[in-house]
Amino acid sequence: MKRHLPLLLTSILLLVLLGAGCAPAATPTPTIPTPEVIRETVVVTATPEPTAPPAPVTITYFTFSAAPDHLVELDEMIQIFEEEHPGIEVKVELAPFGEYFTKLQTLIAGGTAPDVFELNYENFVSFAAKGVLLDLGPLAQADEEFDPTVFYPRAYNAFNLNGIQFGLPETFSTVVLYYNKDLFDDAGVAYPTADWTWADAVAAAEELTDADEGVWGLYSPIQFWEFYKKAAQNGCSFFNEDKTEATINEPKCVEALQTMIDFVTKYHVMPSDAEMGGISDGDMFKAGKIAMDVTGIWMFAAFEDAPFEWDIQVEPGMAQKATHFFSNAVSVFAATKHPQEAWEWVRFFTTSPEMAQIRVKSAWELPTLDNPALFADYLEQRPPANREAVFESLNYAIVPPVIERQSEMQDAVNNLLDKVKLGQLDPKEALDQAKVEIEELIK
Amino acid sequence: MAGEKGLSKLYWLAIFLLPSLVGLSIFTIIPVLSSLALTMYEWDLLTSPQFVGLANFNRLIHDGGFWEALAHTLYFIVGYVPLVMIIALGVAVILNQRLKGVLFFRTAFFVPVVSAWVAVALMWKWIFNPKFGIFNYFLGLLNIQGPAWLFDPQWAMPAIIIASVWKDIGFVMVMFLAGLQGIPGDYYEAAAIDGANGWQRFFRITLPLLSPTTFFALIISLINSFQVFDQVWIMTGGGPGGATSVLVERIVKNAFSYSRMGYASALSWVLFLLVFTATIVQMRIQRYWVTYD
Repeated sequence: MKRHLPLLLTSILLLVLLGAGCAPAATPTPTIPTPEVIRETVVVTATPEPTAPPAPVTITYFTFSAAPDHLVELDEMIQIFEEEHPGIEVKVELAPFGEYFTKLQTLIAGGTAPDVFELNYENFVSFAAKGVLLDLGPLAQADEEFDPTVFYPRAYNAFNLNGIQFGLPETFSTVVLYYNKDLFDDAGVAYPTADWTWADAVAAAEELTDADEGVWGLYSPIQFWEFYKKAAQNGCSFFNEDKTEATINEPKCVEALQTMIDFVTKYHVMPSDAEMGGISDGDMFKAGKIAMDVTGIWMFAAFEDAPFEWDIQVEPGMAQKATHFFSNAVSVFAATKHPQEAWEWVRFFTTSPEMAQIRVKSAWELPTLDNPALFADYLEQRPPANREAVFESLNYAIVPPVIERQSEMQDAVNNLLDKVKLGQLDPKEALDQAKVEIEELIK
Repeated sequence: MAGEKGLSKLYWLAIFLLPSLVGLSIFTIIPVLSSLALTMYEWDLLTSPQFVGLANFNRLIHDGGFWEALAHTLYFIVGYVPLVMIIALGVAVILNQRLKGVLFFRTAFFVPVVSAWVAVALMWKWIFNPKFGIFNYFLGLLNIQGPAWLFDPQWAMPAIIIASVWKDIGFVMVMFLAGLQGIPGDYYEAAAIDGANGWQRFFRITLPLLSPTTFFALIISLINSFQVFDQVWIMTGGGPGGATSVLVERIVKNAFSYSRMGYASALSWVLFLLVFTATIVQMRIQRYWVTYD
C-alpha cells in the first residue's frame, strides 16, 4: 500500500534521468546471427568478401489491438512483410489497451519510443498536437506505390490534423444492435428493423423483459461513448463548431440523456449496474438474459457459439440515426532513426491486400480499405446473417468529440453520468456541471 | 573520529556505504527532490516542462476533486484505524494464551498480510457482489436485505474498510503479540493474588504496558491508511459516482492518465505534509498516554 508513492517518485526520476541524460537510444536489437554470417566468418580464405549483406534494420511496432487474441495473425503479417522486405525486421511490443497509452507516453519521455505505434482516434489528437508524430506527407509523396484513395476517405482524413497526415488508418469498427431471435420468437415480437427508433426498441423491450426469469429487454450502456452518440441521434453535439464552447447541456442533449436513463428507471427494461452485479452485458446476452444488446462488432467471435439464434441490426435512432465510428491508426515516432523502413511497414500494414485478407478472415476488426471485393468473404460468414448492417451503420457514423485533454473529459463526463444513474443528480444538473468542467479543459 | 585512525575508518565506511547510498539517491533522494521541483512546473511527459510558479497549488485549492478525495481518505482513516487496532488487539490477546492450535491461528491471521492486494481485492469484490456474493447471502439468512455494496455510493467505502481491516489484522496483531510477550508474567500473578479479575488485569496491566506498541501500531496504520490505493483501484476504481476517490488515486490519475506531472507532484507533497503533520501530532500527544517502563 505504501509502496506507491516511492514508485511514483522513482518513475519521475527515471524519466528525468532518461530524458535529459541520454539521447534517444537506438532500441537494443538482439540480432540473431544468421547462418550465412557464420559461414562467412568460418571461411578465412584469401579475399575477404567486401559486399556482406548489411545487417537488417530492426523497427519496433507497439500495439494494443493484437493482444491477446490476434497475435497469430500479426505474426503472419510480419512474416509476409519481412519476406517482401529482406532488409527490415519488425519487433513487436504489446500492452493491453488499459495500460497502453501510459506506457507509450513513458517510452517516449524515456527516449525509448517505438518506431511505429498504434493510436486510436480518441487519443490521436493528444499525441499529434504534441509534436511526437512524424509528418507522413513527404514519405507518402516519395512513394510511387502509395495511393491514398485506397482508403475510405473518412478514415484517411480522420488522422489528418491541420492539413498534416500524422497516421494511416488501420482498422475501423462500429456498434450495432444485437438481438436474440429465440427470445423475440418466444415473446412473439417482430425483429428489429433498420428504421427503428428508441421508442420502438423500448416497446419491444417491455414485451421481452421477464422479471421472473431474470431476462431484460435491452442493454445500452450509460457512459461517455454511448451518450455522445445518442446526443447526436437527437441532433445535439458536445461542442459548438470551433470547439470554443461546450454545448453538452443544450435541451436536446438533456433529452437524449433522459431517454437513456428512462430505460432503467422509467420502463425497467434495462438492468442497473447493481442489478448486473459486475457481470458484463456481453456475458448476459450470451446467457440469454438480455434480449437486445448494443455493443461493438468485435463481439461476433465471442457470440459465435451462443446456444440460440441471433442477428444484428443498425442501432435504433431518435430524430435521426447516428452510429459509432471507431478507428485505429498507425503512426511513426517523430524522432525515429529509420523513417523509411518505418514507412514501409506502415504502408504494408494498412494497405496490403494480404494484410486485409488476414484481418477479414479472422474478424480482427475491419481494414479501412474502400474495396467491396475484399468484404465479399466477410459478408458471407455466419453468424450474424445481416452483416450488411455493419456497412449500413457506417452511413450514419459520427466521429467522437475529441479534445487534447481527452481522458480527463471522458472521466469527468463518466463520473457525472454515474451520478445521474445513482439518482444523485438529474440529467440537466449533471450536464450543466459537465459544461463547466469541459470548458475548464478547453480553455 | 579525529586522528589518522578515525579518517581511515571514515574512508572504509564510505566505501561500504557507497552501493546502498547510490541506490538510495537514484531511487529515492533525487526523485523526491525532483518531484519537489516539479510542483512548480507543468509537464505532460512529452513536451518540455513549463515553469508555472505556484499555479499547481492554486489549482489544488480550487479542485473539488481534491477536497472530495481528501474527505474520502479521512472517512477511510476514521473507519479503518480504530477497527483494525481494536480487532487486532483482541485477536492478539486471545492468541497469546496457551491454547490448542494457537500457531495455526496465528499463521491463518497472517496469511492475508502476505497475500497480494490484487488477489485479495478481487476476492472481496466477489464476496460483496450484490447478487451472488456470500456476504449478502449470510445477511439474507439473518433476514437482512444486504445493500449493493460496491455499487452503492453509501456502502462502497464501508465495504473497502471491511476488506482492508480483514487484510491488515494480522500485521497489527503480530506487533501486539510481540508487545504482549514482553510483559512479565509476574505482574499478572501479583495482581491475581491481590484479587484483580480478568478485566482489571487487562485494563490496569496489559493496556498501559502495551502502550509503546499501541503507539507504534497506530502511527504505522495511520501512515498506511493515508496512502490507501490498491484496494480502491481494484474494487471500485474510485466509483460509484466518485464515492471512493482517494488522494493517491487522484495522484495516479493526474500523473498517468491526465499527463499532469506537476500537479500530481503537488498533490504528492500535500499528502506528504498531511502524513507528516499527523505523525508529529501523534508524537506530541504520546507523552499523555504512552508509558515507557
